[in-house]
Amino acid sequence: MQQNSANTDTEEWTLVIEPKSAWFDLHLGDLWKYRDLLSLFVKRDFISIYKQTILGPLWYIINPLLTTFVFTIIFNRVVKIPTDEVPPALFYLSGLVIWNYFSTCLINTSNTLTENADLFGKVYFPRMIVPISSIISALIKFGIQLAILLVILGYYIYYFNSNIGVNSYIFFLPILVSIIGALGLGWGLIVSTLTIKYRDLSFLVSFGLQLLMYATPIIYPLSFIEARYKILILINPITPIVEMFRYSLVGQGEFNVWQVGYSIVFTCISLFIGILIFNKSEKSYMDIV
Amino acid sequence: MSEVVIKVENLSKRYQLGSINTGILLQDVNRWWMRVTKKGQSIIVDETEEEEEKQALKDRDFWALKDINFEVKKGEVLGIIGKNGAGKSTLLKILSRITLPTAGQIKVKGHIASLLEVGTGFHPDLTGKENIFLNGAILGMTKREIKSKLDEIIAFSGVERYIETPVKRYSSGMYVRLAFAVAAHLDPEILIIDEALSVGDIEFQRKCMKKMSQIAREGKTVLFVSHSMETIKNLCTHAILLDLGKIYLKGTAKEVLKTYEDITFYKGKPEVFWYNQAQAPGNKVVRLMAVRALNQAHQVTNTLLDNEDIYIEIDFCAEAEGVCLTSSIQLFNQQGIFVLSSGNWPSTTANIDPFSGSKFGKGTYRSRVKIPAYFLNEGYYIVNVVFLQNSTVYVADTGEAVSFTVEDSGDMRKEFKESFEGVIRPKLEWNTCPLVLKNA
Repeated sequence: MQQNSANTDTEEWTLVIEPKSAWFDLHLGDLWKYRDLLSLFVKRDFISIYKQTILGPLWYIINPLLTTFVFTIIFNRVVKIPTDEVPPALFYLSGLVIWNYFSTCLINTSNTLTENADLFGKVYFPRMIVPISSIISALIKFGIQLAILLVILGYYIYYFNSNIGVNSYIFFLPILVSIIGALGLGWGLIVSTLTIKYRDLSFLVSFGLQLLMYATPIIYPLSFIEARYKILILINPITPIVEMFRYSLVGQGEFNVWQVGYSIVFTCISLFIGILIFNKSEKSYMDIV
Repeated sequence: MSEVVIKVENLSKRYQLGSINTGILLQDVNRWWMRVTKKGQSIIVDETEEEEEKQALKDRDFWALKDINFEVKKGEVLGIIGKNGAGKSTLLKILSRITLPTAGQIKVKGHIASLLEVGTGFHPDLTGKENIFLNGAILGMTKREIKSKLDEIIAFSGVERYIETPVKRYSSGMYVRLAFAVAAHLDPEILIIDEALSVGDIEFQRKCMKKMSQIAREGKTVLFVSHSMETIKNLCTHAILLDLGKIYLKGTAKEVLKTYEDITFYKGKPEVFWYNQAQAPGNKVVRLMAVRALNQAHQVTNTLLDNEDIYIEIDFCAEAEGVCLTSSIQLFNQQGIFVLSSGNWPSTTANIDPFSGSKFGKGTYRSRVKIPAYFLNEGYYIVNVVFLQNSTVYVADTGEAVSFTVEDSGDMRKEFKESFEGVIRPKLEWNTCPLVLKNA
């Protein structure tokens, strides 16, 4: 009888606010409840970035095209880094599109806690909504850029009949995109949590990203690297994904199952750690900033 | 007996003062490295250091809330009152799940929505309508709920004409009205409201009050924090009075308000001493010793009359030779409105202060400023004392030093019996004369 009443006492409360939250209490139910907010945040990101620009979302396209142009001139014509059989423009653009996606995910996510301090200080909603919405925003941008890449690819195939090999690996595309997104999210969450305590980390991120780009086969093919240095580039978990992405679209790339497996394991661990520490810190961080 | 919907048990919240939690990555990495490499050699030194660090941390502990217990029953409208720093906002923040308690727990039955601010998450580039959706979703509404209330919200806000305009083009009044309109149409079982909501022009404020009392009458449970006794009196059924992080009193709104108005600390603390000079406000140039509020007879009192002169007396110690110091006061009223600031510069004083703008020799001094009779309105006032060096550098700031209540002597109430609106109530010179139309 007594036990019975104790049971009802614990069950009837819809919410208990306690000092410590469990490591694995991820509030997944809450996330689902706030799904409308997620879509509104994505919409807000999209509208607010381009509302006062003349060219609007065209910047999504202009940016990678211009960079590709510059890369073609500098790295292909001046420095003469080979792009194997692939036309340089296609080579750089394909690398840039997937790289941009990664860097957008990482930067947006890593700004989550510091940029939303005002909002988080006034109202509760699952904090994870914000990084997830920035990943979706990045995905939209990626989609647009991918479309442009495909158009240019079509152009090359149609007019030059180049032996560009779009192949069946293209079906792996969604998986590649998920891995890159998850990796960006995972690292971003870790950085975001650390920047609460160490503000100087945000400078390190933009600098580190630049370096990381050169450690990723964006401006050169992996085959260009001498065998003894290759391992350095292959430590970077993004490398196999970029190579596979490029292979699926333009038929040039070097990867194997083990390398891709390494990327996936690396991503899962990063994401796991990221979510855990973000979840742990989101409650207490309002006392710090 | 109706059921309990919020149960707060032994709730405590500790803050650590100072900026111990932000650091430079390099320092921490360095410290960690030292610890790892030198572990064998200087383990004893490390331990005492750590001990000292811990003690230092403890000294900086500050309990914003300490062992709070209360229950809220369904349908109650609970007012939370107390001075600044009593722990009201901390309590609200914990209830709103913005920060976690250090100890204790809160059990809640039903969906909570909290409004600590209107317009949270408004984005300047989005239109009014887009912001209604965004803000509503942030506050926990679903798109469908917002859609069904959209017309109502727009009508309530009174900005129909501009609903498709980005809110950055709104006047601040329109902005606030739209924001409140969204908030007012939340439909939770428990609503937590901060007083910051009473905004906008008087007419809109009335509309807000009406909406809030309507919400209260609908049988919703409401927790309401306010400085305004009038609002609490009108809206709340129950109240708790917080002081220094503890519950001073809980009961019906009437009882608690009565006590709150009676306790002396509400009328003000007219005198403050700093016994320990090391902890007194100031620096190596000047140290505060005492601040007092005096009546016309130069007696220290927290109850002053509007028909008498009021004096603020500042005792201080000039710690360095030949420094140009300026004493100044800042006066705030109960609503936190900055009423005035005044310093003893030659050009800002009505008389000639012998030490005005001069260099001080080492020693102790007393500055006294007179606030003339028939100047302040009745009510509660807070005085901050601030010292400036060379009229440019702030060298001492007491924060809230003394406080007092100005009471109505009845001198100005011989004809007009209603309340005088406004921050101050000076006697001004008036002249009326007949306007004689020239006869043709």
